[in-house]
Amino acid sequence: MVQQLTKQKAERVVAAKIGLGERFLNLFKRRDLLALLIAKELSVKYKNSVLGFAWSMLNPALMLAVWYFIFQVVLGSAIQYFAIYLMSGLLAWNFFASSVQGATTAVVENGEIVKKVAFPRELLVIAKVGQSAVFFLFQAIVLAVAMAVIEYKPSLQALWLVIPAFFAAALFGCALGLILSALNVYYRDIQHFVEIALFAWFFAVPVVYSYTATLGPKLSSKGVENFLHAVGLGWFHLPWLYLADPIAPVILSFSRAIYGLRYGNFGGQIRPIVPHHSLVWFLGLDLYSIFVGLVLFLIGLKIFSRMEANFAEEL
Amino acid sequence: MSYSIKVNKVSKKFRLYDQRYTSLKERVIRLGKIPHREFYALNNVDFSVSEGESIGILGRNGSGKSTLLKCIAGILRPSEGEVRVRGRLAAMLELGAGFHPELSGRDNIFLNGSLLGFSKKDIQRKFDEIVAFSELSKFIDTQVKHYSSGMFARLGFAVAINVEPDVLLIDEVLAVGDEAFQAKCIEAVKNFQKQGKTIVLVTHAPDLVRANTTRALVLNEGVLISDATPGESIKVFREELIALDTEKNDQKTKKDDESVWQKIKIKHCQIEALKLGASIDSSSGLKVIYDYESELQGQPAIVSIELHDLHGNLIFSIDSGDLEEEIYLENNGRIIFEFSSMPLLDGVFSISLQIKAKATGEILAWRDSLEKFEVLNRSKKRGLVDLEVKLIHARMDSY
Repeated sequence: MVQQLTKQKAERVVAAKIGLGERFLNLFKRRDLLALLIAKELSVKYKNSVLGFAWSMLNPALMLAVWYFIFQVVLGSAIQYFAIYLMSGLLAWNFFASSVQGATTAVVENGEIVKKVAFPRELLVIAKVGQSAVFFLFQAIVLAVAMAVIEYKPSLQALWLVIPAFFAAALFGCALGLILSALNVYYRDIQHFVEIALFAWFFAVPVVYSYTATLGPKLSSKGVENFLHAVGLGWFHLPWLYLADPIAPVILSFSRAIYGLRYGNFGGQIRPIVPHHSLVWFLGLDLYSIFVGLVLFLIGLKIFSRMEANFAEEL
Repeated sequence: MSYSIKVNKVSKKFRLYDQRYTSLKERVIRLGKIPHREFYALNNVDFSVSEGESIGILGRNGSGKSTLLKCIAGILRPSEGEVRVRGRLAAMLELGAGFHPELSGRDNIFLNGSLLGFSKKDIQRKFDEIVAFSELSKFIDTQVKHYSSGMFARLGFAVAINVEPDVLLIDEVLAVGDEAFQAKCIEAVKNFQKQGKTIVLVTHAPDLVRANTTRALVLNEGVLISDATPGESIKVFREELIALDTEKNDQKTKKDDESVWQKIKIKHCQIEALKLGASIDSSSGLKVIYDYESELQGQPAIVSIELHDLHGNLIFSIDSGDLEEEIYLENNGRIIFEFSSMPLLDGVFSISLQIKAKATGEILAWRDSLEKFEVLNRSKKRGLVDLEVKLIHARMDSY
């Protein structure tokens, strides 16, 4: 870098618009800063608590215990090993939801830096997603330990599905984060709406229930199909709508990879808890999510770029 | 010579709201329509800075100078035009901006350096120098929230100056910390100049500009009104300040004369420089003439005059008693104060006149700081008073 500078000093242009290409290049150039921002978030969060990082493992472990107690012991879910099912979905959901929630406030929270220092502001958003990824890892460890303790075997040949699914969630989370964080600078109540929206969203994806065992049959039941046919939408299937949510495939893939293919007795009917399809079917859905995430990420970056020009004044 | 900073027809438009709506709810209720006015914080500003040049940017509060600096730094983006900067840039808008209170000094050096655009390797290489410069080696692993404001500023300056930027933007930050550290900062900036680096200094202190730069710009309401040597630009800046003050005081004048002081009315005041010109220099004299009208003919009075600087500090004061002059009021009178020289340095000074009844001490008329004059210093002297000085240096035994 230094030698390069003595030859030819890099020229930087500050104009009304910054091209997307330059933004991507900046993201790559400033990866050191991204790492430091994530480290900052983590160390600020845990420096003052006695248990430090251990705390972040204890939290999901306790949650696992509570969920297990309620659904398995008290309510008696038809889903075997419900805690494992739940945690595999929750692992992915928590990563996504905390990414979006954290990213929404990222710019406002760091207002003091944004007002005084010039750097690619989208790094703040991506750092929040990175921070969530670290928590994701902690939770994964907790889940792995729990599974080892009860000797639960994941479906090893399907485990790789978590990789495209994770990538889809990260991309989609970044995309939403970019848009929401920029909007939140101008309208500070966005963060409250996001909270409520995420709460509702949680129930629109199969984390606490099984899609194939409960909702799926209802969405594709005779009655619904007949109705759609009657209104001239015979070609349409409601399950498509459900799976069009880019996060649904992510949750399904995680369940398939970690919880595996199991069946349950639902009101006398034996049904698969996770869709009984080939792994390619899951991968296809994940690729769809990645595609949606990528498109939205580009749009998000564009919106963020436009709104960013006045961040320093609005904060 | 090649440029280091090129500001190319830059304008920055802001929206001014009568009332800020910062929630989506309000926005929805108002159906998206929010009354606002648009104004240009910067209007077609165009200049460039050569490599190795040190320039100052002067302007009142709200003149757009900080907006300009933020555009150069890349914190704000211009609405029109562009800024080109060659080489690495460090902006010191506020020392220690971006420090996180919960992190240690060490962590903050890395974070801050990285925010300023330097790689981890660069910072590692410079780490010891930064710590040494900040004089904080004992506290480097302490959380920054336990630092004093001086320590905070020291660390901030140390990071910004030690990561070898090519261009340094400074916004009135040298006014922090203790004196010893301030001197160190100024020395560091001077070293910077010697190394042929580019410096942009934004301030409203003409003295700093005079001492540290070779060229100065003046901004007024977003428009560049001067781009010249420091001396000339400072003069433009001063005149603009005076113009603004007179405007503000016009209404006040009427009120003072018409309603408050009924027994004596000061009709007219005139400042006459003994040497001609818009501003005076230290060696020229000054004549202040007040014309008044009163109903108290023959009554003994005390007349006093005061000079203040623009911050309201009293520079000089004297009254007719001190001068052993007996004053008896006339129907139509004239008071003249004649100064044979004005040994002051750069500045705008205001004159106040007071007329009191000698017997009771009652204030009969008071014309407060309405008239101003400017002293322009043509030498390199800085400060308030123009002292005559001679420098002698020799071997000890020869003198």
